[in-house]
Amino acid sequence: MNDPSLATFLLGQLSWGALPFVRAWRDPNVSEIIGAGAGVIVVLGAVGAIALITWLRAWKYLWTEWFTSLDHKKIGIMYVVLAGVMLTRALIEAVLIRTQQAVAINAPGYVEPGHFAQLFTTHGSIMIFFMAMPFLTGLMNYVVPLQIGARDMAFPYLNSVGLWLTAGGAGLMMASLAVGEFSTGGWSGYPPYTELAFSGGIGPDYWIWAVTLSSLGSVTVGINIVCTIYKLRAPGMTFLRLPLFCWTSLCTAILMIFAMPALTVATLLLAADRYAGMHFFTDDGGGNMMNYVNLFWLFGHPEVYIVVLPSFGVYSEVISAFSSKELYGYKSLVIATMAIAVLSFTVWLHHFFTMGQSASVNAAFGIATMTIGIPTGVKIYDWIWTMFRGEVRFTPPMVLSMAFMMTFVLGGFTGIILATPPLDYMMHNTLFLVAHFHNMLIPGTLYGLLAGYMYWFPKAFGFRLNERWGWVSAVCWISGFYLAFFPLYVLGASGMARRTQEVFDPAFRPWLLIALFGAFVLLTALATLFVQLYVSIRDRQANAVPVGDPWDARGLEWSVAAPPPEWNFATIPHVGDRDAFYWRKRAGGAYRPADHYRDIELPKESACGVIIGIAAAACCFGLVWRIWWMAVLFGVIVVATVIVRSFMRNVIKTIPAAKVEAADRRWLAKAQAAQPIPREQEQSGLNQGRAKIFPQPTPRHA
Amino acid sequence: MTGAPPGPVLLHAGLNLDHATREEAEQVESDVFGFWVFLMSDAVVFALLFALFGTSLEATAGGPDLAGVVKLGPAFIETMLLLASSFTFGMSSIMLKRGAKPRLALHLRPAVLWLALTWLLGIAFLGMEVNDFATMAQHGATADRSFFLSAFTVLVGTHGLHVLTGVIWLPVLLLQLASGGLDRPLKVNMIRLSLFWHFLDIVWIAIFSVVYLQGALR
Repeated sequence: MNDPSLATFLLGQLSWGALPFVRAWRDPNVSEIIGAGAGVIVVLGAVGAIALITWLRAWKYLWTEWFTSLDHKKIGIMYVVLAGVMLTRALIEAVLIRTQQAVAINAPGYVEPGHFAQLFTTHGSIMIFFMAMPFLTGLMNYVVPLQIGARDMAFPYLNSVGLWLTAGGAGLMMASLAVGEFSTGGWSGYPPYTELAFSGGIGPDYWIWAVTLSSLGSVTVGINIVCTIYKLRAPGMTFLRLPLFCWTSLCTAILMIFAMPALTVATLLLAADRYAGMHFFTDDGGGNMMNYVNLFWLFGHPEVYIVVLPSFGVYSEVISAFSSKELYGYKSLVIATMAIAVLSFTVWLHHFFTMGQSASVNAAFGIATMTIGIPTGVKIYDWIWTMFRGEVRFTPPMVLSMAFMMTFVLGGFTGIILATPPLDYMMHNTLFLVAHFHNMLIPGTLYGLLAGYMYWFPKAFGFRLNERWGWVSAVCWISGFYLAFFPLYVLGASGMARRTQEVFDPAFRPWLLIALFGAFVLLTALATLFVQLYVSIRDRQANAVPVGDPWDARGLEWSVAAPPPEWNFATIPHVGDRDAFYWRKRAGGAYRPADHYRDIELPKESACGVIIGIAAAACCFGLVWRIWWMAVLFGVIVVATVIVRSFMRNVIKTIPAAKVEAADRRWLAKAQAAQPIPREQEQSGLNQGRAKIFPQPTPRHA
Repeated sequence: MTGAPPGPVLLHAGLNLDHATREEAEQVESDVFGFWVFLMSDAVVFALLFALFGTSLEATAGGPDLAGVVKLGPAFIETMLLLASSFTFGMSSIMLKRGAKPRLALHLRPAVLWLALTWLLGIAFLGMEVNDFATMAQHGATADRSFFLSAFTVLVGTHGLHVLTGVIWLPVLLLQLASGGLDRPLKVNMIRLSLFWHFLDIVWIAIFSVVYLQGALR
């Protein structure tokens, strides 16, 4: 290794200085020690997880039952687990950001500017690409096929590839903590700052490749969900009988298909500038950074609705189920969802009102932006009317949904302020903006994803989550949000710029301290979420709901066992109405054996998705560090795996009819034995997942 | 429900399903539909690259401009090669659909011959394109010279990379044909590749019109 050219060939730009531990050793200050600490946590976390799995001898189980599985339910759960891990990291980073600003008032604080910039860049990138996206993808994966009466997604293997590409991107984000550094260019990575001339290190490259992997994964998800909903609906499941979560998933998937390419183009052209010396967004050579800004927000604004719409779907399901009423204004909700999806492509320019367009262009986009408020308002009213005179139960998902409705409307008002170009000139680049988009995305996305997690958890695992801890967590998420972000409106309106490492006005101190307190409340909320999970797993016997319908809910997903069998439905249901299962229960048609049980064909487990994801991440790691042999080798492995897989013909396994029948009859026996539970006792240990049916004035449409 | 559906047998475009059950036919339809959706997503990539190219025309930074780098003659031949390859691929699709009998002692199907011809045309196209870029490089017109040349290279090059993908994909399918015969997954992949190939042809028509013709007219 004495030969420098050989070392460069083998390791590219990797050196000892890339390791944060070494940097902290050479220059021990608080900032470097925090960086090294984060690296240690990642390394220890990875080593600890590997050791734990080995100690439990769980490798074989994990590999055969989970990693290589093409079952949409397991892939969905793995997406959510990934989102949980990344949420934890990004929330800790948020606390570090708030702490820095609260203590750095006419003082340097404890993290250096470069380190602080990495913190807000990773926080934003992770929360969008590796928390919100995997979380909502996981929910869609799990729920959509069950809701439309399908046995799996349209492309189960592609589904696995998408998961592992996303996981590979998340792996790169984690690797950047332990090896090297991350971008300092914010989650949007604007050039020319992220060009080589200003960011010479490898930080932006980590960002480019992690985001590229995530966006490629998201395109596969979009294609899969769209095909599943268009082509795999059960007989009778017409479009206007789809549960609303399927409608929002469909719109989200369409947005992914059309918006993600813009991000891929933006990141890859930035890579072309950085790696091949091109001039797309550079200051010299005729480059124009406005092209990047347009490309990024052509993706970025639809992205806002990609992350918001699935939560709107969750709220529609949760509010309807826990109000025991059919959705008010179903068709208007469908139209509003579609309208939002279309309008989302017409407003991207409001992200850069101040970047040189004429006033009339700004006015057009400002007005287009405000129009989105109309379909969103329709939705809010529909949800309120759904609750009206319903039998509302204040379960944790319902509490989150109601908090969403109030909080999201407040965020909408500040959105109107920012959509007014003259006001935006005052507010842009301040904490007002930061407060606004957190005000949209925390209630609009995170609450919904958490509500969906708590709502469908009993379906996925066969036992209910602990309600008490659910309430504690919900209350912390809600109050924590208000405490952490409403002060930022005040600070922003007072002129405090966003992404500031040091603050010079002591008048900001009280607000920053309140916001810091709020950040800790949010951290507590996350901790209570894990406590809830722990307590629920501990008490799983007492809270078991094997029959599968703990909330007297409405969609087909509740008509099967909890957890559902691998094949979802023993026989594909025929759908005659919206809220199919709700009316079937009332017509006495639920919990009946099938006339005939048939063999069921399911996709066989495949390691190809895992190999592609890991090899793609390794290829990108090679690209980040300019280790060319590594990039080429693993790139070839990706292509080779795709080709080899295309030769495989033995990709289907058959579940014999006898096995299906036995499982179905075991479940039916449980359903017969179960005590039907009235709604007011849903949250007691008596709930075994079978709802008591009261006589009810029948079907709405005569 | 097994056997052929009642009524006249519907031959799926470019595909003979050989009396598939309804479920199987629906499966194929879904598989092909997914690829259409992917192509839409891919079309967005090209649309954005075209838009970037449009904004780059004046951004030559004192280097070669569009009129200076475009040679209509080779581009015309390339266009003819690609159009011919779309025709030959179309012929192979018809052969597959009609289930033409194997000929020659080698059991070569007519479809295989048409596909081999398609592959050669694709290779010829790529060869000419590489030659174009090499000629440009000799005259100092490389991608790192200016925004215009970056946009030109990436737009034309992205199309070229797609053709390369097709050129790799086609022999893979021929290998599958040789090893496993013309089964349903292979038929589906044939349809996908043909869609891909014709899509690239359409994109090239746009490139020829927007890039090469515009350059010649300037």
